[in-house]
Amino acid sequence: MKRVIAGAALALMSLTGAAVPEEYPERPLMMMVSYGAGGATDFQARIVTMTAGNEDALGMPIAIINKPGAGGRVGWNWFATQADPDGYTLAAYNVPHFIAQSIKGGVEYSTDSFEPIANWGADPAVFVVGADSEFNSMEDVVAYAKENPGKLTVSGAGLFVGHHIAALQIDKAAGTKMAYIPTKGGGAAAMKAVIAGEVMGGINNLSDAFRAQEAGNVKILGVADLERSAFLPGVPTMMEQGLEVDNSSVNFRGVMVPKGTPPEVIEKLAATVPEMFANSRVSKKMEAGGSPMHIMTRDEVIEMWAQRQQTLNELLAGL
Amino acid sequence: MEFIYYFGDVFTPLSFLLLLGGTIGGLILGATPGLSPTMAVALLIPFTFQLEAAQGLILLGAAYTSTVAGGAVSAILLKIPGAPANIATTLDGHTMAKKGEGARALQLSFLASAVGGIFGVLLLIFLTPVLAQWALAFGPSHLFWLAILGVTVIGTLDSASVVKGLLSGCIGLWLATIGFDDIMGAQRFIFHPALGGGINIIAALIGLFAIPQVLTMFAKGRQTDGAEVIEVQRHSILAAFRELFSRTRALTIGTLTGSIIGLIPGVGGQIAGLVAYDQSKKFSSEKEKFGTGHSEGVIAAESANNAMVGPSLVPLLTLSIPGSPTAAVLLGGLLIHGIFPGSDLFDNHPDVAWTFINSMLIGQVLMCIFGLYVAGLAARVAQVPQSVMAAIVLALSVFGAYSVQGSMGDVYVMACLGIGMFFLERFGFSAAPLVLGLILGPIAEANFIQGGMIADATVGKASYFMTGGLNLLLIAVVLASIAYSVWMELRHRRYTTKEEAQA
Repeated sequence: MKRVIAGAALALMSLTGAAVPEEYPERPLMMMVSYGAGGATDFQARIVTMTAGNEDALGMPIAIINKPGAGGRVGWNWFATQADPDGYTLAAYNVPHFIAQSIKGGVEYSTDSFEPIANWGADPAVFVVGADSEFNSMEDVVAYAKENPGKLTVSGAGLFVGHHIAALQIDKAAGTKMAYIPTKGGGAAAMKAVIAGEVMGGINNLSDAFRAQEAGNVKILGVADLERSAFLPGVPTMMEQGLEVDNSSVNFRGVMVPKGTPPEVIEKLAATVPEMFANSRVSKKMEAGGSPMHIMTRDEVIEMWAQRQQTLNELLAGL
Repeated sequence: MEFIYYFGDVFTPLSFLLLLGGTIGGLILGATPGLSPTMAVALLIPFTFQLEAAQGLILLGAAYTSTVAGGAVSAILLKIPGAPANIATTLDGHTMAKKGEGARALQLSFLASAVGGIFGVLLLIFLTPVLAQWALAFGPSHLFWLAILGVTVIGTLDSASVVKGLLSGCIGLWLATIGFDDIMGAQRFIFHPALGGGINIIAALIGLFAIPQVLTMFAKGRQTDGAEVIEVQRHSILAAFRELFSRTRALTIGTLTGSIIGLIPGVGGQIAGLVAYDQSKKFSSEKEKFGTGHSEGVIAAESANNAMVGPSLVPLLTLSIPGSPTAAVLLGGLLIHGIFPGSDLFDNHPDVAWTFINSMLIGQVLMCIFGLYVAGLAARVAQVPQSVMAAIVLALSVFGAYSVQGSMGDVYVMACLGIGMFFLERFGFSAAPLVLGLILGPIAEANFIQGGMIADATVGKASYFMTGGLNLLLIAVVLASIAYSVWMELRHRRYTTKEEAQA
């Protein structure tokens, strides 16, 4: 009888122990990706979370759930309003996308609705033209755009995503007005428009443009980032070519939880997740796929979000 | 002929085991309502992390080919199309199953799938460079006209009258506008958060096709006390072979339409089956039999949707542009192993490229063999008493709609559309034109807006949309299609009035 009681007591202790944050997580986690399966965000999210079940990481696997639609608005709306802040529901964020969307309105989230955990990747926007295009540098592009205001067609993945922000910044820096053509179907459709010659140029993800250049289909004329990319050491940044374009359009991808998640949980995640991203298996797979990694801790991400909020407020104010 | 050299790689023990596993697993996943080929392939991606590149792709390629064919099982037996590709299969296939000819319908569908599928993969092997140019030739203006061409099909597709067909097409077009508009981000008709992403096409398919028949079964329930026992006829595979090759017209139209339309990025897969069905109906000598369980309908639809598999990968493999959601998932499977589609794939990793393509070829054959094997058994589903059947279909519908993106919102959408369709069917409207409107609406709209923006910046809308060889050709086909519908309607009317006069 004693042993039974002792056993019951032990079981009870372990039950109450479950509420103590040290035990978190005790079941698999779910991470919502607000883009479809097969997209760059989905692809990278699957890679960076593949070691979550390891003992030195969370010890529990992370399952990816896709809630695509309306450039990410559907998924993030769901996450801000319906996801449980219990620490078992994570989401991938794309900056500047969700910040720009919240500034333009019509959505139920803003930077205040979410708590960042860590950043895993940074995919800069690049300017691409078809392989047989007459443009060979951003200078050529700007010269043409100045002579023919509103005639230079440039494709990108949608309105108020990184690509659009980069186009707006180039226009602002050079004093030009390009015809930005948002495509339905993401970066792949925008890239197809460039390769097929439907548009004169395009703004696309560095990772996708790198592959297209390897295949001999496009030329990359400039990177909208502060430094040159390790993947493309030969391509100058916009700044080097005299265009005041900073890294506001860089597509930062990372993990966040809804506001209201217990602080112990956030602390635990913020400590473990960057370690998990730094796993060598993860970085090898990411590099093989041509996806640039950029690990940032929670504090760094909070700062980055605040900066973006400010720049985007200014940039989008006139639209 | 390089591909023959790599055939051996498919038959190493592990590879062949993966091919078998992918095929059987794909058939099961494909037959499960709500699991589209895209999702099935995405589900398998984590398994390829541990495998070598070529082996991982064998698994994915086999799963892709067999899920497309597996979708026919639930389309025929339960009237739940697993993916847009299988819509046309339900039209005649399910009617055949209700008559007890489920085995025949399934055998024909798997055989037609294999013929179409093998032709598609052969196109991929031999004509890839030519086809890549063709895939690029379709810009926004052409895709717009192509969608309009699809709209002209609406009137003649599975409907008692052209007017009712067009009306239900319009309902579909309206439903397609719900949600955030994809280009401008404007909100339209969102009165519930579940509609923010628009009507999910898979949930809509399940609702529109499966729910009305569940309600009909429930409505009948007591009156007939479920005594309606269907005799499931056995059907020999040899006879199915003979029948397939006596229907060469439907088979040819299906295969060719599927391969041509499958090539066009972003459009092909969804409408290949429906367009092939409609075309073979127009060219058939037994038009009036379509929709009443006619085997030509099943053959055309299924050969088309599998013929599309090979060509749909052309833009991905040559230009590194995924032309369909499934191709995008396959791209992920390649990238994870550090392989970039395009010239890199064929020059530096020919073993991976050709093993992948070969596995799809062998996969088609294996899929056909397993499919034929289960066809006889699966057809017995029709013997299940109606009351039980209704409950099973309802449960599968809810499961299918929920599993698309783990959201109850999709289940509500499915239920609402299903109940609405139940009443529409009583007034002689049918689901196929409505679904076509739902699919084509966004394609037409997005390409018109995008083309319009390019046109405004360059040559102007009129010359952008109305000039150029391909535009003119498509406009001519659109006009011909409309003229044909009008002519058929007039002829039909004269016919019936004469009959009525005699009576």
